[in-house]
Amino acid sequence: MQSLYKRHPVWSVILLVLIAGFLWLIFAPWPPGLEQVMGRKRIFLNAILSGITLGALYFLVASGFTLVFGLMRNVNLAHGSLYLLGGYIGYEVANTTGYWLLAFPVVFILVGALGLLLQHQVFRRMEGEELRQTLVTIGISVVLADIMLWIWGGQSYQVLSPDWLSGPMTLPLISSLRSNGEAVYLTYPQVRIVILCVAILIGLAMWLVLNRSKLGMLIRAGVDDRDMLAASGVRIQVVFLGVFAFGAGMAGMAGIIGGTFQSLSPGEDTRFLLASLVVVIVGGMGSIPGAALGAVIIGLAEQIGIVYAPTYSVVFTFLIMAVVLAFRPQGLLGAGR
Amino acid sequence: MTYAVRTSGPASPMLFERVPPLWWAIALVLIAMPLFASNFVLFQIFGWTFILGMIGLSLMFLAGYGGMVSLIQMTVAALAGYMVAILGTSGVPAISLGWPWWLHIPVAILVAALFGTLVGALAVRTEGIYTIMITLAIASAFFYFTRQNYGLFNGYTGFNNVLPPQLFGIDWRQPAPFYYLTLACATLAYAAVVYVARSPFGLALQGVRDNPRRMGALGFSVTAHRILAYTFASVIAAFGGILLVWQSAQVSPGTAGIPQVIDILVIAVVGGIKRPVGPFIGALIYVLLRVFSPDVLLAVGLSGERFKLLIGFGFLVIVFFSPDGVLGLWEKFKARRAQSRDPLRGDRP
Repeated sequence: MQSLYKRHPVWSVILLVLIAGFLWLIFAPWPPGLEQVMGRKRIFLNAILSGITLGALYFLVASGFTLVFGLMRNVNLAHGSLYLLGGYIGYEVANTTGYWLLAFPVVFILVGALGLLLQHQVFRRMEGEELRQTLVTIGISVVLADIMLWIWGGQSYQVLSPDWLSGPMTLPLISSLRSNGEAVYLTYPQVRIVILCVAILIGLAMWLVLNRSKLGMLIRAGVDDRDMLAASGVRIQVVFLGVFAFGAGMAGMAGIIGGTFQSLSPGEDTRFLLASLVVVIVGGMGSIPGAALGAVIIGLAEQIGIVYAPTYSVVFTFLIMAVVLAFRPQGLLGAGR
Repeated sequence: MTYAVRTSGPASPMLFERVPPLWWAIALVLIAMPLFASNFVLFQIFGWTFILGMIGLSLMFLAGYGGMVSLIQMTVAALAGYMVAILGTSGVPAISLGWPWWLHIPVAILVAALFGTLVGALAVRTEGIYTIMITLAIASAFFYFTRQNYGLFNGYTGFNNVLPPQLFGIDWRQPAPFYYLTLACATLAYAAVVYVARSPFGLALQGVRDNPRRMGALGFSVTAHRILAYTFASVIAAFGGILLVWQSAQVSPGTAGIPQVIDILVIAVVGGIKRPVGPFIGALIYVLLRVFSPDVLLAVGLSGERFKLLIGFGFLVIVFFSPDGVLGLWEKFKARRAQSRDPLRGDRP
């Protein structure tokens, strides 16, 4: 922080003012003049919150993608299919057993096993051949998408959240003031808040494992120099298998979460594949904090765009990506190539 | 690169002799096609093949000679189609400007080329897999944008009734004229790619593909060559897009949806990305599968909707076993046959 201030004094002050203004927008009750310009505060808060929760979902999908890419240079364009497959399996499990939570381990194991199979049978055969990997995984995603369309049909599914998660929740954020000066607090679907917290927890856990554990040390060493790690006696293929399975399992679990607060239908696979692509391009390939930052930025841009400029919300996402590419091709937090 | 040396004088063989006889036979069959083929074959199968082949050709040019796999080509083509619909006439008179054909077609191609160049300028900042991802992201942004924008692109429905102009008293949407139109355009595009690949620009581009650093050190501008390659490919894709819109008489966001964008990649890769003829072979295979696979699938007792599975599976098998597509398989086969007999002793090794 201090070094940032020393290096860019003007920029850090501007950033600080922007953050302070943003926090004021969120926490303070809005004066009437501002409400006339920007609309109701409730709408703004809702857009921010849905942006952040959507960002949380994007993070869950993209973190596996970026981890796999960072460690193995594997380009897995079937990642979106893993997401959708996880969602469908989760729907089936939750629907037949009635336990929403049970869906998570089942999906993690099943989709993770599919990930193992992919890494072992496909990616190991074409290590380092990025273009071929891309083409093969595109082929796999086309096949998987059609098989899923075959099994589950074209209608959209929603995974029902359990009773203890449904319903609204009051947040300590003032949305407006009544005429008698009493504050009205914002209510928001509980399930989304829980998902947000879970995503933050998972992100923290991933960061801790990566930066504070022996396994994380192995993985980081693999990201930096794969050959050296292999030469020092680590069975790198086993590490690869584990990381790929984990990334696939994460995508599958994100599918359940996405199916709970949005819906599952054909086409969601490409949507989430693209979202993770944009997120990792913006955040920086191979960086977990980058994926988190990119996910929040893209989620916020999408939701704020939908509220304030419905026609052009997609263009915002794209513009952010173009600007990042133009000025920082390796992504916001990516290491220089 | 022996063909880069232009041989001249009486020693060089005539054009007729330089082209292998198989090519003359194919050309003859293609020209004589309307004599014996049905209208469906002319319009649906070969018209479509040539159009998709042209768009695939633009991808092949970028990927094969430039080393840049761009997924934006279908989007560029669709933009050209949209421009024809917006500037020319269509079934949506509220938006279409109704310009004459000699104005709206060049402007449409210009706009598409400009768009392709811009995307290229962005995409060449990255390499390899990043290029694929960025162009895929831009292509999908275009898809979602056209779907949401009603003022210019007419949203979800797009434009219908986009017809080719009635030139020289011929209805160009009749099967035989349309067949010759697409054949001529495809031949021109093919010739242009072959010519450009052997021109100084094309050779420099291939040099940039093989070793950008060395080319940079030799004084070639790597970025400029790459961006110019995008421009050239965009022009070909734009022609293909206009023909595509004329063939189906409509353009909508689904023209350049993500599956369609991927299909172009499938076509180019299945055919073979090393040679300009590859995309046309790939397009023919794709169109035949698209048209006849429902019948085949029904015959073996599966639902006809599963043709995507068939195409995806075929693509998967081809890229898994032969990265150079069908042409690569053919060359492997030829090499194996040539290898299998020892030329001196005549026995197998």
